[in-house]
Amino acid sequence: MDAILLQVLNGLDKGVAYALIVLGLTLVFGTLGVVNFAHGALFMLGAFCAVTFNKLLNLESVVIDPTQTTAWGAPLEVRTPYVEAWLGDFGTFLNDYSVPASIVLAIPVMLFIGIVMERGLIRHFYKRPHADQILVTFGLAIVIQEVIKHFFGANPIPQGAPAAFGGTVYVGEILGMGQTLAYPWWRIVYLFFSLTVIGAVFAFLQFTTYGMVVRAGMHDRQTVGFLGINIERRFTVVFGIAAVVAGIAGVMYTPILPPDYHMGMEFLVLSFVVVVVGGMGSLGGAVAAGFLLGILQSFASMNEIKAIIPGIDHIIIYLVAVVILLTLPRGLMGRKGVMED
Amino acid sequence: MLNLSRSDWLLLAGFSAVVLCLPVILEPIGAAYPALMQKFCIFGIFAIGFNILFGLTGYLSFGHAAFLGIGSYAAVWSFKLFTMNAIPAIIMAVFFAAAFALIVGYVCLRRSGIYFSILTLAFAQMSYNLVYSVLTPLTNGETGLQLTLNDPRIVDALFYEPAAGLPRVDLFGLFISGGGYAGFYLCAAMLIICFIIALLIFRSPFGMMLRAIKSNQNRMRYTGFNTRPYLLAAFVISGMYAGLAGGLMAATDPLVGAERMQWTASGEVVLMTILGGVGTLVGPVLGAAVIKYFENIFSSFGDATLHDVFGFLPDAVEQPVVSFLVLFVGDGWNLTLGVVFMLIVIFLPGGIMEGLRRIWNLFGRRPGDGKKVLAAHPRPAE
Repeated sequence: MDAILLQVLNGLDKGVAYALIVLGLTLVFGTLGVVNFAHGALFMLGAFCAVTFNKLLNLESVVIDPTQTTAWGAPLEVRTPYVEAWLGDFGTFLNDYSVPASIVLAIPVMLFIGIVMERGLIRHFYKRPHADQILVTFGLAIVIQEVIKHFFGANPIPQGAPAAFGGTVYVGEILGMGQTLAYPWWRIVYLFFSLTVIGAVFAFLQFTTYGMVVRAGMHDRQTVGFLGINIERRFTVVFGIAAVVAGIAGVMYTPILPPDYHMGMEFLVLSFVVVVVGGMGSLGGAVAAGFLLGILQSFASMNEIKAIIPGIDHIIIYLVAVVILLTLPRGLMGRKGVMED
Repeated sequence: MLNLSRSDWLLLAGFSAVVLCLPVILEPIGAAYPALMQKFCIFGIFAIGFNILFGLTGYLSFGHAAFLGIGSYAAVWSFKLFTMNAIPAIIMAVFFAAAFALIVGYVCLRRSGIYFSILTLAFAQMSYNLVYSVLTPLTNGETGLQLTLNDPRIVDALFYEPAAGLPRVDLFGLFISGGGYAGFYLCAAMLIICFIIALLIFRSPFGMMLRAIKSNQNRMRYTGFNTRPYLLAAFVISGMYAGLAGGLMAATDPLVGAERMQWTASGEVVLMTILGGVGTLVGPVLGAAVIKYFENIFSSFGDATLHDVFGFLPDAVEQPVVSFLVLFVGDGWNLTLGVVFMLIVIFLPGGIMEGLRRIWNLFGRRPGDGKKVLAAHPRPAE
């Protein structure tokens, strides 16, 4: 029973992470009709915002203190990060919480990158075939990842979760089941963080006037244009939002997976599978598909299942994708008339 | 025998001549060693095959590396089990790649557009993951499959005593593996054969049918054609090309690892084809050669080379220039590739071949003829 609950939790956690990562991808597809192969690169850029922020926080002043000596007899170098020198306890706190705090950096940076990308490149590809969009964004993804590799090196750079959220937690205790279901704290945090962001994006689209216009534009862009609304500009903002969502997903993911320059490419394939299973351009579909694939994957990696079908844990996601694509032409919840071959 | 026009014969003769004379032609640019020229030929074959699918039918597959990998594994197993002769290995490579392509194609071709791309990608990732994990007895997992001293090699054992040490791949006495000229000429001969087959396909009614599918598949269906068998045939043929390329790769260097099947390897052949020119005959080979050549050159550059080249500039100018350019060479070769690729897709969707044609039109033709060339390539009606 515990094992199954643990897998459900694991699946929910994986699924919500998938859903958060692909949210921007499917949003961009639904509004702009662009297949963005550089989405994984945006996720990776977000993760490197966290790395940069951490580096900034750890800029140190080095003072040589002649009164103290090291074990070798040389004068001791006293290193104090500037933030701690200037801000005292709050600086220490900030250093501990550098990962969640770097969202503050990631939001403007990713918004800027997203808008520049849309205005500078993607805009010219609306009218070109999907194959061209795939190719040019694939090229862009290579460029971004190589630039990151040049500045940050090829090795993964581990980022610590805040001390309060490191280690494991017994989820069973919270549910009143005793000391069961040990689970990494930060993944629980990520679960709730993802749910919040996904909820916020839905609320934005569903309950604000701005979001309503965007949804109308997704449905029939021309008519919205006839009403005198500058739909292009709104779509640019939507692209920016998609980039921000991908970016903060990347930021918060860093304690789970140390970021390196090709993490984007690894997530790219997965995100496309999730989007296509959910239905291109459908937000609800993406979330549903994320959960479905996450849960299926965590169950497939149980030893009992692996004993029956060896290797199933490595292919389950792709297998499900193939089956769904062949049986449901639009994916789980795709809209009628969008990309039906 | 071959039903080709005069210009096609000229093209074929010119192509063969260039390929066979590669050691002479490449001498001045320092690329005339067999190991590199083999790569040109092998990736040329791979790209020609990819182009038969993508160039003619417009179906963008992101899973072709899987066929390449299967070809390689099949060839190495042939070396291990039967004989070190290259011919049976290549036949096995092509056969297994074709069989796998038949299955994958049958399933994936039910959909088109982005869905087809994702389906092929899914199959390629599945085979990559399996090769790494469950199929380890067959593929030797992460270490990679290689020849060992106690392989059975049934056929070889019948005819002669095994010599000491690992045997080399041979072709009736010529050593293929190890970077000699025999290996290059085997690859070159295969490339020319592949080119002839591709030429015949391009000029045949079958090729015409594939182009018609690209320009408007619905209209084809309304006229009563079942397009599926044509697509499947094209898919399998291009899978066989990839398998052949994989077999040759294994023949010239009998060692195969799973990374050969990763989806970024599929991405590479897409880059080659686009760079050279989609849907042209020579383009993909050109693209493959250009990418492999510059990969080789750029990767070997470093800071020192750049300082040499820009040494004539004043120091104040030299420093920033070099520190900017160092991004693009050495380890940064992929960055150059990405940038060039983006520029090509944005400004020159026809690739190098279109660039050459434009230059040709600029200088070599009277103004009136230029229009005729354009009219020969109408945009498909959507």
